[in-house]
Amino acid sequence: MPAAPAAPWSAGSLIQASYFVTAVLFITGLKRMSSPVSARSGIVWAGAGMLVATLVTFAYPGMSNYPLISAAIVLGAALAWWSGKRVAMTNMPQMIALYNGMGGGAAASIAAVELYRGGSDGAVGTTLAVAGGLIGAVSFSGSAIAFGKLQGLIKRSIRFRGQQIVSLLLLAAALVHGVLAIVHPGDSSVYVTGLLIFALLLGLAMTLPIGGADMPVVISLYNALTGLAVGFEGFALHNAAMIIAGTVVGSAGTLLTQLMARAMNRSLGNVLFSGFGEGSAAGGGEVSGSLKPIEASDVGVMLAFAQKVIVVPGYGMAVAQAQHKIWELCQLLIDRGVTVRFAIHPVAGRMPGHMNVLLAEAGVPYDLIGDLEEINGEFETADVALVIGANDVVNPVARTDKSSPIYGMPILNADRAQNVIVIKRGQGAGFSGIENALFYLDNTRMLYGDAQKVGSALIAAVKALS
Amino acid sequence: MTGIVALYIFMLAAFTGYEVISRVPVILHTPLMSGSNFVHGIVLVGAMVALGNAHTPLEKTIGFIGVLLAAGNAVGGYVVTERMLEMFKSSKAPRSASEER
Repeated sequence: MPAAPAAPWSAGSLIQASYFVTAVLFITGLKRMSSPVSARSGIVWAGAGMLVATLVTFAYPGMSNYPLISAAIVLGAALAWWSGKRVAMTNMPQMIALYNGMGGGAAASIAAVELYRGGSDGAVGTTLAVAGGLIGAVSFSGSAIAFGKLQGLIKRSIRFRGQQIVSLLLLAAALVHGVLAIVHPGDSSVYVTGLLIFALLLGLAMTLPIGGADMPVVISLYNALTGLAVGFEGFALHNAAMIIAGTVVGSAGTLLTQLMARAMNRSLGNVLFSGFGEGSAAGGGEVSGSLKPIEASDVGVMLAFAQKVIVVPGYGMAVAQAQHKIWELCQLLIDRGVTVRFAIHPVAGRMPGHMNVLLAEAGVPYDLIGDLEEINGEFETADVALVIGANDVVNPVARTDKSSPIYGMPILNADRAQNVIVIKRGQGAGFSGIENALFYLDNTRMLYGDAQKVGSALIAAVKALS
Repeated sequence: MTGIVALYIFMLAAFTGYEVISRVPVILHTPLMSGSNFVHGIVLVGAMVALGNAHTPLEKTIGFIGVLLAAGNAVGGYVVTERMLEMFKSSKAPRSASEER
């Protein structure tokens, strides 16, 4: 039987009532976050829920170690506050991965404490604690790798033959230890340790082979997994707030992951197990033609005298922090009577909506921004498609070349514009490692350089014309 | 509370999560992922209970790490989401001025 004196459902009706309020605040907050008008108040609602739940938990019956609890909260909160306030907008994706991994680690820690103590609440409770611990540990190490990759700490995808078999073996080993821990509740320390170690290794083995281009999907998946782990630990602890919040995030995150994978026309299994992301460039080998460079001053003239310009931002714009310069340039063009639109691919950048956030930061109004379906028909009427550090999302190979790893992915039809200008740092292939046929088209010109510097040069060029 | 009631909670919460997010415009995907990342920071509550009931040094150490990580999840998730959504404010003014939709 559990040593936990935390008498679950009956005791402390104040606590239960507070958790109920928290659950309502969370769901209301998430609902408000799903509309641009109320989004900002949504996080405040959810934050209030978190505050209520945290404070009331100090009154949980039968608890001790209050100094330790307070110290851990202050330390963790201070570090996260400091890092969250300091990080640049462009680095948000990896911070989400990092904080998400911490949540997974916390769920695994709860499982470890409960299980080392001898299992919680019979076989069902122990099973759920084991399941939550396994998922949480995978999410912890997997998110850490995702963070490392996006932060540039891990440069290459590590891949070897039989990788999936290794992952399967690790999963099997973790499951076996989990079952043994459930079957021997009194004496399970060794099995619990084995379960957690194999689960952590599984997270590493699953994430290391996945290329950076797929990281949005992976982070979203781990977000859902952490939610699920939290929900399972909630069952084990009989904590309704954790069950509801964790499950809501688990299902919402799963849906979001599916939406993202669908935007890339791939199944989730394909993302996780195909090893796509880089290196498999052989498929697109028949690209013909040459890269034709162009000067910023010429591009300035081309833009200034265009009827319609469609800007296609990508990760390169985020890296260069060029969104402000680009919007300044576009405002100049709008003042000259040019129609300017922004086209955003669902998986442009490293997170869904990544580009929307950056453009919003720069002050670009919503109504100039169109997503894939809205704007794809407009490229044919555009004089210039200005591609800024985007690559795979405008690669026409996805339409034509069945052997390409990105075949079938919906792309922005930038190649159908009269002229295509590609702003790009260097001549290398994109994050996916696939050659981009767009760059070799007759109507494409390459403008090499850091997107921010190029933006300044273009602004100067357009200003010189007036 | 019996297991079957817990199962009902699980099912209804799962549908709620699905419904809440199913009508989200792409523009809010990143903030919403960040927001849901904050929401599972509720794991802090469980970590506090786990540490509060820890007895051996090993349990206390793991429990301490758990609370530390959970607090990081909750606070970091909030700060990042709040900063992201803050930017939507600045872009609202020109939008409503130019064209109300």
